[in-house]
Amino acid sequence: MVISCQEVWREISNYLDAEVDPNLRAVLDEHFRGCKHCTAVLDGTRNVIQLYGDERMIEVPLGFSHRLHRRLEGNMHGSRRSFLGWMVAAAAAVVTIGAVKLASSVSSRAPEQRSEHAQPGVGVPPDLKVVVYERGKSFHAPTCTFIHDRTDLRTITAREAQQQGYVPCARCMKQYLKS
Amino acid sequence: MPDEGNTLGDRAQQSSEETLIRRIRDGEHDLFYELIRPYERRVYATAFAILRNEADAEDAAQEAVLKAFKHIRQFRAEAKFSTWLTQITLNEARMRKRKEHVHMMEPIVDHQDDEGNYVPRDFADWREIPSETLERKEVREKLAEALASLGDKYREVFVLRDMHHLSIEETAKTLGVTTASVKTRLLRARLMLRELLAGFDANLSSKLSFAKGIKPW
Repeated sequence: MVISCQEVWREISNYLDAEVDPNLRAVLDEHFRGCKHCTAVLDGTRNVIQLYGDERMIEVPLGFSHRLHRRLEGNMHGSRRSFLGWMVAAAAAVVTIGAVKLASSVSSRAPEQRSEHAQPGVGVPPDLKVVVYERGKSFHAPTCTFIHDRTDLRTITAREAQQQGYVPCARCMKQYLKS
Repeated sequence: MPDEGNTLGDRAQQSSEETLIRRIRDGEHDLFYELIRPYERRVYATAFAILRNEADAEDAAQEAVLKAFKHIRQFRAEAKFSTWLTQITLNEARMRKRKEHVHMMEPIVDHQDDEGNYVPRDFADWREIPSETLERKEVREKLAEALASLGDKYREVFVLRDMHHLSIEETAKTLGVTTASVKTRLLRARLMLRELLAGFDANLSSKLSFAKGIKPW
């Protein structure tokens, strides 16, 4: 069976995707053996698929994943808060203030604060997810601009952060500072 | 055939995704990171293929992921999560593109009929661009430039099928078109790219040249 070049071009993509039946494949193979033009088109198309299919073709900007997770995290907290309602958050804050007062003797025995000038937080919901980094002194909201693109961030609860001596960030956590 | 796409591995992945999605819906929101991690690159690259600008693509990708999180309850188990997420990303990117009136540079190939035969015009021997040259930024840029010059409907099919390695079926589902359309558009996209790149010599770092200065369509 003879096939024209036009018919070959129509099938070239299916041929490379193994989407042609064995009979047509045999006919196409036969055509490629005798046609330089169609072989050039076939080789070139195959090279296009190989090049663009290479992982290196997709360049994701540096820090993309980190920024995505940070935005997502901020949003998750937002959605939790709206889901539970401000009443629950307020109730938690009241309970925490009470707990902080009761445990004031405990907090005086808590690990040394990382900053001697900073104040300990007041009324920070203990289960609030906050972000810290090893050499830092403060804990932050995940969306805080102070943490920029640091790669050594850890997400922990506010309780753990305070136990480890971190204090509220003066920018994103200022509602928990006395003055 | 590569398009069957329903291998054991696929099914296992789908089942573990279903479990994750159920737990996220039940309140374990942090598991969403695990769910999207394998698709972050795809989400970004899909947005970039449409918007062709890093900052816009990143913003659209973030927005798409946030929407997927917010609407996770609307996800239907019979679909694949990756397909659903890619659809959200495509919609987000297309919407932004419409808003920003970026169609000033709309290539004329968009108006061509899918059904018409595509006829290659240049049969020059392909100067093979070896994969190793992809390490070089200028080679990747030239390839990206060629891809960007395709019309949207060709570029979208090509990106999903040849860059994200979706099957023809999955590509059709994601884009909401028939498999026949995917095959036709894919053929054109591949042939157009071949012609665009036939004159490009990666070793000489020459400019991407269109065959004898004329676009091949």
